[in-house]
Amino acid sequence: MGPSYWWMLLGMALVTYIPRMIPLAVLDGKELPPVVSGVLRNIPYAVLGALIFPAILFVQEGNILFGVLGAGAAFLIAILGGGVMSVVLGTIAVLAVYSLFM
Amino acid sequence: MNTNQFSAGLKAGTSIAIGYFPVALTFGLLAKTAGLSIIEATAMSIFVYAGAAQYMSLSLITLGIDPLLIVMNTFVVNIRHFLMTASLNEKMQPARKWVKAIYAFGITDESFTVLATGKKGKIPTAFAFGVTLIAYGSWVVFTVIGHIIGANLPQFLQAAMSIALYAMFIGLLVPSMKGNRKVVMLAALAAVIHCVLYFTEALSTGWSILVATLASSILVEIVYSRRGKTAESMFKREEEV
Repeated sequence: MGPSYWWMLLGMALVTYIPRMIPLAVLDGKELPPVVSGVLRNIPYAVLGALIFPAILFVQEGNILFGVLGAGAAFLIAILGGGVMSVVLGTIAVLAVYSLFM
Repeated sequence: MNTNQFSAGLKAGTSIAIGYFPVALTFGLLAKTAGLSIIEATAMSIFVYAGAAQYMSLSLITLGIDPLLIVMNTFVVNIRHFLMTASLNEKMQPARKWVKAIYAFGITDESFTVLATGKKGKIPTAFAFGVTLIAYGSWVVFTVIGHIIGANLPQFLQAAMSIALYAMFIGLLVPSMKGNRKVVMLAALAAVIHCVLYFTEALSTGWSILVATLASSILVEIVYSRRGKTAESMFKREEEV
């Protein structure tokens, strides 16, 4: 890779950092209208839904069952009251056993 | 800096560090295959720090795409973080702008969800530094290791660990869903919209996550405000229960 790689990297770094930084630095201390702040408060839960589905189904290419099994295991452990770490490690364990034997 | 909050942040961020391990390892390996030196690959993880965009840039570099287009693609893929930091700003403890500008660098899908769903009340700045630092450390270190060893984990482990970040998202979501119908609606609606956008190929991934999230957040807010309850009173009431 030549010098153009480093220019590209600089560009990538800037366009990634700016959207992360602007709201935290610019909206600082500003009171937003209640509707807007209500919508912003909803974002974390909506984004989780969008991040999980459909991507979780495709974690192993060409084998949707793998993702379905992982999602099922994760939801089950979480509903039974497991903490985030138990959900992560438990789901990995279930899928490791599955992929060892399948 | 509050040391207790910082360690609590490191602990809360550990599941991200585990989830980044296979993803960063594979990135290091693929970067090597794409012809990047260890310095170039590591610099991308250090300065850009965005999983999906970094992966895409590798395939675009291999295809010999114009660097300017790669930068524009990075912007599109990462624009969703704007929504996340705007939302996070509502929950963060007040701090100096330059301090917030520092931890802003560490906001990814994963650190955002851990921060935004973790605590009742305001999130301490030190906690945010703990979460973002351990995640960032994992990303950078395992990029380097992936490039050096140039090989994947054993196949069964690689496959199993690829679920880690999604399992973490589920582990964060489920406790908030219990006894809170609004959270269930928000997540379910965003998931359905994202699936529709994905399968109809209406939008690229970066945009479709953003559109699904925003549409769900707005629609559910409208439903709840029509019922005569503002989002605020609803959340407060349910947090008190």
